[in-house]
Amino acid sequence: MSAGGSDNLPWWVTGLLLPAINVGLALAVSALVILAIGEDPVGALGTMLRGAVGTGEGIGYTLYYATSLIFTALAVAIAFHGGLFNIGGEGQAYIGGLGVGLVCLALPGWPWWAALPLSVLGGAAFGALWAAIPGWLQAYRGSHIVITTIMFNFIASSLMVYLMVNVLIKPGQMSPESEAFSASMFLPMMADMMGAIGVEMDSSPLNFSLFLALLACVAVWAFIWHTRWGFALRATGANENAALYAGIDPKRVIVVTMALSGALAGLLGVNELHGVQHRLMLNFPAGLGFTGIAVALMGRNHPAGIIPAALLFGALYQGGTELVFDYPTISRELVVVIQGVVILFAGALEHMFRPALVRLFSRRPVAVSKPAGA
Amino acid sequence: MEMFLTLLSLLDSTARLATPLLLAALAGFYSERAGVVDIGLEGKMLVAAFASAAAAALYGSAWVGLGAGILASLVLALLHGFACITHKGNQVVSGVALNIVALGLTAVLGNAWFQMGGRTPNLPADARFGELTLPLAEALRGVPLLGPIYYELISGHNILVYLALAIVPLTWWIAYRTRFGLRLRAVGENPAAVDTAGISVTRLRYQAVLIAGLLCGIAGAYLSTAQGAGFQTNMTAGKGFLALAALILGKWKPVPTLFACLAFAFADALQTRLQGVALPGIGEVPVQLIEALPYLLTVLLLAGFVGKAIPPKASGRPYVKDR
Repeated sequence: MSAGGSDNLPWWVTGLLLPAINVGLALAVSALVILAIGEDPVGALGTMLRGAVGTGEGIGYTLYYATSLIFTALAVAIAFHGGLFNIGGEGQAYIGGLGVGLVCLALPGWPWWAALPLSVLGGAAFGALWAAIPGWLQAYRGSHIVITTIMFNFIASSLMVYLMVNVLIKPGQMSPESEAFSASMFLPMMADMMGAIGVEMDSSPLNFSLFLALLACVAVWAFIWHTRWGFALRATGANENAALYAGIDPKRVIVVTMALSGALAGLLGVNELHGVQHRLMLNFPAGLGFTGIAVALMGRNHPAGIIPAALLFGALYQGGTELVFDYPTISRELVVVIQGVVILFAGALEHMFRPALVRLFSRRPVAVSKPAGA
Repeated sequence: MEMFLTLLSLLDSTARLATPLLLAALAGFYSERAGVVDIGLEGKMLVAAFASAAAAALYGSAWVGLGAGILASLVLALLHGFACITHKGNQVVSGVALNIVALGLTAVLGNAWFQMGGRTPNLPADARFGELTLPLAEALRGVPLLGPIYYELISGHNILVYLALAIVPLTWWIAYRTRFGLRLRAVGENPAAVDTAGISVTRLRYQAVLIAGLLCGIAGAYLSTAQGAGFQTNMTAGKGFLALAALILGKWKPVPTLFACLAFAFADALQTRLQGVALPGIGEVPVQLIEALPYLLTVLLLAGFVGKAIPPKASGRPYVKDR
């Protein structure tokens, strides 16, 4: 699980060419799937593109999906740097959303700017707790983080169903949804904010959370590469024993890393619930926690890579919805296929292209196997 | 007597619900004992369920369906091997990727081919694995105690249920009494030693991954052509992970894994019956708690709070000759 590259490739090869190859392959596989269905891949991809960025509304939706994906991808990335694979983003986002919802329900009538810091705290704290437990179990009890986080996804789902059906449901209602938050605390919609400064923009679910997501990118970047804690995190991720000898307590770092990871995933609830749905409900993470894995891998676990990767996947999500109107035989799960293929090529098969690229682009002459003149 | 029959029917559903878990958990057994972590049980089951239902619908035969399901699952298993064994990729990431591909692909193809919102056509009885009545079941039905047990519980399942049960001792025998099994377990504990003995680690691990593919294929076919009568989007609904939990709870051993699967299946069967029923002294048990119980147990077990599960030593690590 190499987060960076130690094989002396120029930055644009690892940062641009490799992701481009991965996207290209993912699109090629989807084109094959579309062909197998008997539709025209070029036309379909064109429709997706138009749906995602062709209209103001489309762009708004694309950015709205990207907002959630930035949170869940940052969660995966920060854990990666700590040497941990956090598959539990989905469950952490779910429980984090519970925190967001409980805060919002507890503050009736508050203005949004006063409620936002508290709902962010609520989401982060609940998400952090849900991730710190598997982190603690890995660090101090030796259970494997991957298995535990998977199990925690299921436990989160059962817990939320229980709470929504039995406790938080609005009385006298069939569907398991809570009461709506006070209208005064709804996060401002981007279209309204732009309207206020005189810029016309189509309405979409895109809201203030986008700024929060961008802020999180900067914060994660500064934390990982420019703080003592970030150094401890990277050191633990690179080599736990070496970190120990450098005076770092890897166990503590693991728990803190997971807590931060879960906190980031938990912020998805701010966008989805505080920003758009304005109530607690079931299944609002809707797989975006898992998509965060693809986004993080594609963005090479760096915030500067995660933003474009999140935009790409946001565009795929939005384009996928448009696609269904024009091509009824293609369902929007095509996006799920693309996502899986990206994880396969960018994650599991990352070593497949590297040797060839190293041979092509490495700055240092490869003097490993072939002596000169042999 | 009423109580007895209720218990029998509860155990009867337990056997039905345990079968796919058992097959998938045994698949995980082969793969993980050989040192290849398999998060992708879920995905392999899902593609197999889809391929089986689609082929059975087209050709009207459950056996053709089973073949197609196994084939689809094997393709995914090969991909997993290609990524994890040949290219030494991250096994967990590969499993996650294949699960997601499986989820998307079955939904897209199902929707396109059958135009039923991701479902496959309802299978007629002769395109499914039907219930077998074991010899003398009818005749012995009247015998007190044993008669009903034989008739209700032991007889009357489809062939895949019996097959899954038979694979448990077979797996035990292969793993602990054959040369292949010894090597398989060795390659999951200490691949370098196996390599030193002149045995190909790559070959052994591919064999293990393919056996896992085969078993997941049967599990998937069971879901859509034996237990169910067609495919629905995401019809595995976490059974692959439940199987993984059973494998861990069974401490990566075939017979304890069987009991873990039976326990999970029993909880599942019980849960449908307990909905809205108040138990004496406890009150109504939330369904969600019973649902979450297997996962909670697995977490507690892995953390060493109830016993200790120790995974194969080399599992999750790609084998590099000159480490």
